[in-house]
Amino acid sequence: MHGLLLLAGVSLLSFVLVELAPGDYFAEMRLDPRISEATVHALRARYGLDRPLPERYGRWLASLAKGELGYSFAYGQPVGPLLWPRLRNTLLLTVTATALAWLLAVPLGTWWATRRRGPADAALTGLTAMLLALPDLVLVLGLLLLAVRTGWFPTGGMVSLGHEQMPWGARVKDVAFHLVLPVAALVLGIVPALVRYVRASVADALGAPFVRAARAHGIPERRVLFRHALPAAANPLVSLFGLSLAGLLSMSLLVEVVMSWPGLGPLFLEAILARDFHLVLGPVLASTFLLLGGNLLADLLLAATDPRIRTEER
Amino acid sequence: MPALLEVRDLTVHYTSGNGAPAVAVDELSLDVEEGEVVGLLGESGCGKTTLLLAILGLLPESAHVVKGSIRFRGRELRTLSGAELRGLRGAEVSIIFQEPALALNPVRRVGPQVAEVVRAHRRWSRRRCREEALSMLAEVGFTAPERVHDSYPHELSGGERQRVVIAQALACRPALILADEPTASLDSTTQAELRALLGALQSRFGLALLLVSHDLGALAALAHRVLVMYAGRLVEAGGPTQVFGDPLHPYSRGLLRALPRAPDPAGSREQRIPPPIPGMSPDPAHLPPGCAFEPRCPDRLPPCVERPPQETRLADGRHVRCFKYGG
Amino acid sequence: MEAEPPLVRVSGLTKRYPGRGGRRAPAVEALAGIDLTLTRGSDLALVGQSGSGKSTLARCLARLEEPTSGQIWFDGTDLLSLRGRRLLPFRERIQLILQDSATALDPRLRAAEIVSEPLEVLGRGDRRERRRRALELMETVGLPAAWAERRPLELSGGQRQRLAIARALAVKPQLLILDEAFAGLDASIQAQIASLLRDLQGRHGLTYLYVSHDLVLMGLLADEVAIMFEGRIVEQGAVARIFTDPRHPHTRALLAAVPSRPTPAAPPPP
Repeated sequence: MHGLLLLAGVSLLSFVLVELAPGDYFAEMRLDPRISEATVHALRARYGLDRPLPERYGRWLASLAKGELGYSFAYGQPVGPLLWPRLRNTLLLTVTATALAWLLAVPLGTWWATRRRGPADAALTGLTAMLLALPDLVLVLGLLLLAVRTGWFPTGGMVSLGHEQMPWGARVKDVAFHLVLPVAALVLGIVPALVRYVRASVADALGAPFVRAARAHGIPERRVLFRHALPAAANPLVSLFGLSLAGLLSMSLLVEVVMSWPGLGPLFLEAILARDFHLVLGPVLASTFLLLGGNLLADLLLAATDPRIRTEER
Repeated sequence: MPALLEVRDLTVHYTSGNGAPAVAVDELSLDVEEGEVVGLLGESGCGKTTLLLAILGLLPESAHVVKGSIRFRGRELRTLSGAELRGLRGAEVSIIFQEPALALNPVRRVGPQVAEVVRAHRRWSRRRCREEALSMLAEVGFTAPERVHDSYPHELSGGERQRVVIAQALACRPALILADEPTASLDSTTQAELRALLGALQSRFGLALLLVSHDLGALAALAHRVLVMYAGRLVEAGGPTQVFGDPLHPYSRGLLRALPRAPDPAGSREQRIPPPIPGMSPDPAHLPPGCAFEPRCPDRLPPCVERPPQETRLADGRHVRCFKYGG
Repeated sequence: MEAEPPLVRVSGLTKRYPGRGGRRAPAVEALAGIDLTLTRGSDLALVGQSGSGKSTLARCLARLEEPTSGQIWFDGTDLLSLRGRRLLPFRERIQLILQDSATALDPRLRAAEIVSEPLEVLGRGDRRERRRRALELMETVGLPAAWAERRPLELSGGQRQRLAIARALAVKPQLLILDEAFAGLDASIQAQIASLLRDLQGRHGLTYLYVSHDLVLMGLLADEVAIMFEGRIVEQGAVARIFTDPRHPHTRALLAAVPSRPTPAAPPPP
């Protein structure tokens, strides 16, 4: 319910903002002496751009309901069919990166929490600080440079030439191979923050009175860590899960553009440059939708891991 | 024959980033015999919690034992390895912490938290540990142990949680339980119930109990001996009737007078408020060179500012650290 | 001559919370019709076990919680009819002090800042004046001015409670509500705070409402005790009467839980 309201709000806000931006898709045609003012007028009328704003928003909503999500001037077709394959590709990238990032961050952060004030502590502090300070763009370009120099991984795109002719297994392998570089960029971008957060949460839980009590009862240290500290640390971590998805999503737009991954990012950029209104709105809505999905997932996980929340909702 | 627990000259310091170390426990000696209940009376910050943690080898990183020995059944605990200490904790010596709400893991059911104490010390099957946990829950007065077993801590009342904590401490039938203000955070009627429960369990299992408490009623009813602690030192030791009825040390006197008691109906309001001890406890990082109580003491003597008094043993078997009685 | 109205008059106050466990669960009745009068300069103790509704009543009086029905008159004004800005002057006149001030005091602020903060929020005086007043208040509650720069965590529990009292006094309240403000403090510190409160009451004409589970302690502090049980005041009377002639079974149960103690030594002759 809350999510639906948010979605409606985002759609209205972005619609108005995009519409308020100066110029439209047809504005540049005016600069072309071969196209007459009347033609531009006719085109604008055809696509309803001469209508008042509320009406345009209403029409767009109607097409949203049909799953078309408006009409792209540049492609000359509804936005929906353009969007779905892109959305799938972006999902493939961000979900893989999210999973990998958490699979790395939880064990590493937990291990780090048990190694206070040692060489490992100092090394990890330094390393994560360095990675955190590195701008995303520098990181992405660095990885690209590495790939170009060594030739280990493809530097762009999602598939090789002749992908369509490959057998099924080889096609999966081909995509996975192309995934390596963008996923690495995303994971390296977010893991330092996640690891630090996991470390802090677990260290916090390890300092809790019930952990001291467990130790006082002679519970083995491994069990104290895995059965007492980790479950108690899960609550803040799960809340972070939704946020990490948001961070990765926004970062993936950049990564996709630089590494020519055929996701929402390049489409979004292209649409903005061409002032292709409805095509701009598509990725915005899709991203909002993904974020809501991530947060919903986090809420469900939270209820599953924390009995105190379950009781409140019952 | 040595006592069950023998602490000798134990000194514990806390070190902070800068400045002098804070003296939390200062040359403290005490014995607890098999099956004996020893009450420890003292205000917060006097070092009693540090003492209990030091006995179990659970001091925080900032604290360390400077000197002294801690023997349990004749075994020196200070030189035990981590694994040996772990085997001892919960099995032979248990502890009950003050805040039952905080001593249980909030995201786990309480039954398994009792069973895992058994499992940590016995090579029993999961099922047998569960049964043992259920029987311990019944032992601490739950009439429906199964229901409690499957509850989360937040679904229980404060008194129920403290019963679960007692069940954990008792699960492996330890010889000694250290109890840090086990009833302080509870309602008064719940306090009375738990006081009775502790007494019953103590005699039923022949437990030795080192009971830190302000609850004079509990100490009077349960304790065989009472120790009074001030600024990391024992200032007085004796039987409960001796210490409560006729305290010797000026601090014990002040403390006992300050404790609330049922009001005298005839007394005016001004008379009802107990007279506080003037001043405050010394900063443990800057203890005075003489007796730590000297700055607040109504009976100070010339030597009090020069050196700390030594323990004097009186004819009736009591111990006191004060120049009034020799020192 | 017209009699001065009581400082606080509560009548028929109820508070219901939605029940846990779905919509059809019965509502929890935290307050089931409370009538209470506080005269100026008096002190009353609400005593009850956890869940008896005593804290809910305190929170309703401090207007931190909205009662379901009933009336609260403060100094002749219907408190429940006030909203927003018109309530603000009453927020100054009624101050609430809670258990464990460690969590109620901002750990980043220094002692003097904590005391002067309410004045700053209200825009009283300039910086220098507020600081002077803060030091004065710290002196009043027995905190040396030398500690003005300490932070809450550098103080002991008793000292933090004094700081909380100084902060509450900064706005010159008429009613102080002390909800378990003595819990977790050592007995000798409790005695110190109790005499401090007594002293302040004489000097500033304060009215106290204590809230506690500890009947013995309340018997020492207050003139009058109201015993709460399941959202009702089941018995109310002078301390001496409650202790010698308890009438309600619940009062007797509370008294039975008071441990008998050996007679302490009489204070040595001066």
